[in-house]
Order: sequence, then C-alpha cells, then structure tokens
Amino acid sequence: MAIIVQRPKLKWWEQLYIPALFIGMRVTLGHLVSILSRKTKVTMQYPEEKWDEHLPEHYRGAPALVTDEHDRERCVACQLCEFICPPRAITIKPEEIPGDDKWAKVEKRPRTFDIDMIRCIYCGLCEEVCPEQAIFLRKDYAITGTSRAEMVHDKEKLYQIGGVRVGLVNKWNELK
Amino acid sequence: MDWHIIIAAVIKIVVFVFLVTLPMVAMSVWAERRVSAAIQDRVGPNRVGPFGLLQAVADGIKFLLKEDFTPNHVNKFYFWLAPALTMVPALLTCAVLPFGSQLFGEKMVIADLDVGPLFVFSIASLTVYGIVLAGWSSNSKYSFLGGVRSTSQMISYEISLGLSIVPLIMIYGELNLGRIVQEQAINGWALLPLWGEGLSLKGFILAIPIFISFIIFTTSMFAETNRLPFDLPECETELVAGYHTEYSSMKFALFFLGEYAAMIIGSGLAVTLFLGGWSLPFGWLAPSGIDAEIPWWHGLIHIGTYFAKVIGFILFFIVVRWTLPRFRYDQLMRLGWVFFFEIALFNVVLTAILLAIFK
Repeated sequence: MAIIVQRPKLKWWEQLYIPALFIGMRVTLGHLVSILSRKTKVTMQYPEEKWDEHLPEHYRGAPALVTDEHDRERCVACQLCEFICPPRAITIKPEEIPGDDKWAKVEKRPRTFDIDMIRCIYCGLCEEVCPEQAIFLRKDYAITGTSRAEMVHDKEKLYQIGGVRVGLVNKWNELK
Repeated sequence: MDWHIIIAAVIKIVVFVFLVTLPMVAMSVWAERRVSAAIQDRVGPNRVGPFGLLQAVADGIKFLLKEDFTPNHVNKFYFWLAPALTMVPALLTCAVLPFGSQLFGEKMVIADLDVGPLFVFSIASLTVYGIVLAGWSSNSKYSFLGGVRSTSQMISYEISLGLSIVPLIMIYGELNLGRIVQEQAINGWALLPLWGEGLSLKGFILAIPIFISFIIFTTSMFAETNRLPFDLPECETELVAGYHTEYSSMKFALFFLGEYAAMIIGSGLAVTLFLGGWSLPFGWLAPSGIDAEIPWWHGLIHIGTYFAKVIGFILFFIVVRWTLPRFRYDQLMRLGWVFFFEIALFNVVLTAILLAIFK
C-alpha cells in the first residue's frame, strides 16, 4: 500500500528560502555557542582523559596468563586455546615439568607462550575454552609497539599483565 | 622609470598577497574545521600549537611530502596546468581590492585601476578553466561529471553576479573600488546609509535595490566558489570528490586552497562593494577625500577594519556551509536562470527608475 506523504503547504515567504536560512542558522549557531561556552561537553580528550574507571565488567581487553595463590602458573599447556583461537594468534610450546619439581604431578607447563597482539581479535574464546582458568581477558586496550616483534606478548609479559588470581579451581592444590 | 612606485608596489604585493592573504587562506581552512566541529558538537583540530593554530602548517608539510601521483590515463599537460589555473586567478584578483585607505601617503591598493569590478570578474571567470581542464584531463567519469557541472554552474551564476553589481555602479557612477569605498566612508555604506548624505529619503529608497543586489551577489558568490549549498561540482556523496578526484598531494592542495582563496577574494569584494570596505561606521576617522592626508595610525585602523570585516564575512560563509543542505541540480539551474537572472535585470531597471526620480 502506498503511503502518501502530505507535504506542508509553504507560504510565499517560506518559499523564498531566506527565512529557512536564518532558522537553520539559529540551530547551528545555538550548537556553536553551547559548545564554545562549554555548556555541552561531548568529546573526551583521549590521552589526557581516560575512561578506564567506567569500563564495564565484561570488557574484553588484552588476554593474559595468571598464576594461582601458590605462585604456580595455572596454564598446563593443553593447547586448547591455541586450537580455538580464530586468528591463530596464540603459539604454545609445551614442556614436561621435571620430576623433582614441587608441581611434578601437573606434568605439563608451557615453555613458551606467545600471543601475537597484531592478530588477536579480543574475542575471548581462549578464556572460555580454558579448562584451568589460566587465561583471562584483562582491561588493557592500548597495546602499542613500534615493531611487529614488540607486539608479540611472550610468557613473561603475559604473566606481568595477568598477575595473580586466587580461589578459582583447586584441582592441583596440595591440601586436596 | 619611477623606482618609488615599483618598490611600493612590490612591498604591497609581498605583504598583502604573500604575508596576509595566503596565511589567511590557510587559517580559513583551520577556522572552517573548528567552526564546523563546534556546530556539530565536536572539538576539531586542537593539537598542533595553541588551539590547533599551527594545523595549517602541519597540513602544508603533509601535502608537500605526500606522493605526487599522476595516473597513466590522464592528459599530462592539462593535468599539470589545471591546479595552477585555479589558484592563480584567485590571487590575481587581490590586485584591485583596496585593503586600506592610505599608509604614509601610499594608497593601500596594489593596482588602483579605474575598472576594478570588471577586472575582478574577468580574471575570476578564468577559474572555470582550471576546473574544466582538471575534470576533462583526468579522464575519469567522476572528474568529468564534476567538471561539466562546475562549468555550467559557474557560467550561469557569473551572469547574475555581474548583473547584480550594475545597480551599485549606477548609483556611485564609479568603477574605481577605492573611490567607491571613499564615497561609502563619508556618505554611509551601501547597505547601511545611516550617516552623511546617505541619511536621507533617497539613501533609504536606494538601499532597497542595493539589498536585492547584495542577496543576489552573495548567493552567486557561494555558487561561484563551489561551496555548499551549491557544491555540486564536488559533492562528495555522488562524485567522490568531483573534478579533483584524480589529484594528490600539492596539486590537490592547490585546488583546495584555490577554493578558499576565491572565498576570501569574494568576501573582500562583497565587503568593498556593500559594507564600506576599510571604512569605520558613522564616518569615524573617514578621510575627507581620496587624496587627503591622514595620520598613519588612521591608515592602520582602516586596514584592521577591512580585515575584520572580511573575517566576519568568511565566518558567515563557513556557518552557511554547515547549515544548509545541498540543492538539487535542476533547482540550482532554475534558481540561477529563472530567478536570479530576471531579478537582477529587474533590479537594474528599478535602480534606473529610482535614480531618474531622485535626480
């Protein structure tokens, strides 16, 4: 069904277009004055002002590895995150934990754990798939570097971003 | 050979064109961006220098350092010629604009021609060649459409632009812009006849055709400088960038700056013809005659007044650009040929009748 739009009937002075110019200029100059007198403030001057404290709980920033309350790295190098990662940003080289180690019964840990932050799309699948709750997406978003190599986060850097998380899974706890 | 005249002319050219007008072109780009940002509740360029004032310098360096790419399919000679042909006429018209009364006994106009407005129109109409050549030699459909649109638009509006100032010239009986301004300084601006001989019935009645002229002149100036609401030659939503689609780096910058230079010259001409040029309102500090001696600080105040008025007019240009939507092409042509052309002709007749009545 066709909808017939009723066009307003313009008076002769409205057809001159000049009154419309001044009506329009009242709108635009109103915005100009209100922004110049700082009545409205919309823009955040980014590097000086940041929005970090308003980031929502579910914000997905840079992925990072975490250690548990015993200073043990949670990652057991199962490589599930490496397999699920859609852009293949994660590269893990596993190694065996030597028998004389305190955590020998865990058997496996990553020798190297690299996340290429140029590739990472912050989807959070690694966090979702991890059976050990070892990898989390933190709120860091300003990941910068001057070379490609600098943009690859290695294990040390990942633990530095991630820090310690306690009381999530107690599978490997000595007390159990 | 009178060296004094040549040296004075060279100083005036260097100072007025290269040290004032060209920086004004650059600054008006900055002003355009800041004002448009404020109108749209944004901030605009505010990083380079205080308030982003050095943005123009940064832009200039960027344009100079960018790759100057000439596509293979263009007509090289005309492709290279076109940007210069856009910029040069815009700056040439500076020559006849009186930007001040006198300074140290020297008239503040580069060339004191007796055919001022005619010179401006004849030179300004050359700008269309730059755009046509750019559109044609680029050998791409967007440039071509932009060039064709621009040609027909500029030719159409040149007629009403020229006709709109005829009533003014009839009233002043003068084609020398300097003497027109001097007349306005003493006897009231064309649009504001509130002092001197202008403050009379004749002055008020004659202000009616001048007001009509002013509206036609200003609107045609918008069309001539290819600015919104008449920016059909480069309307970004339809033609990518119109006639300068294929241009890059400094050649693009020349088109860009040429547009702003034309805007400044147009504002200067409108201010000179309708708003009293360098003169202060109510005859303050007005020299008694075109050759009368005035103190140097009066001269400086007059120069400052001229540029203040021009800047005000440029701001008006900018605000209008960010207020009005673009016309449709047939509306543009109808406005030019059916309305403005007839109104301007009628206005000439009206002025003649009024002048015959108030002899």
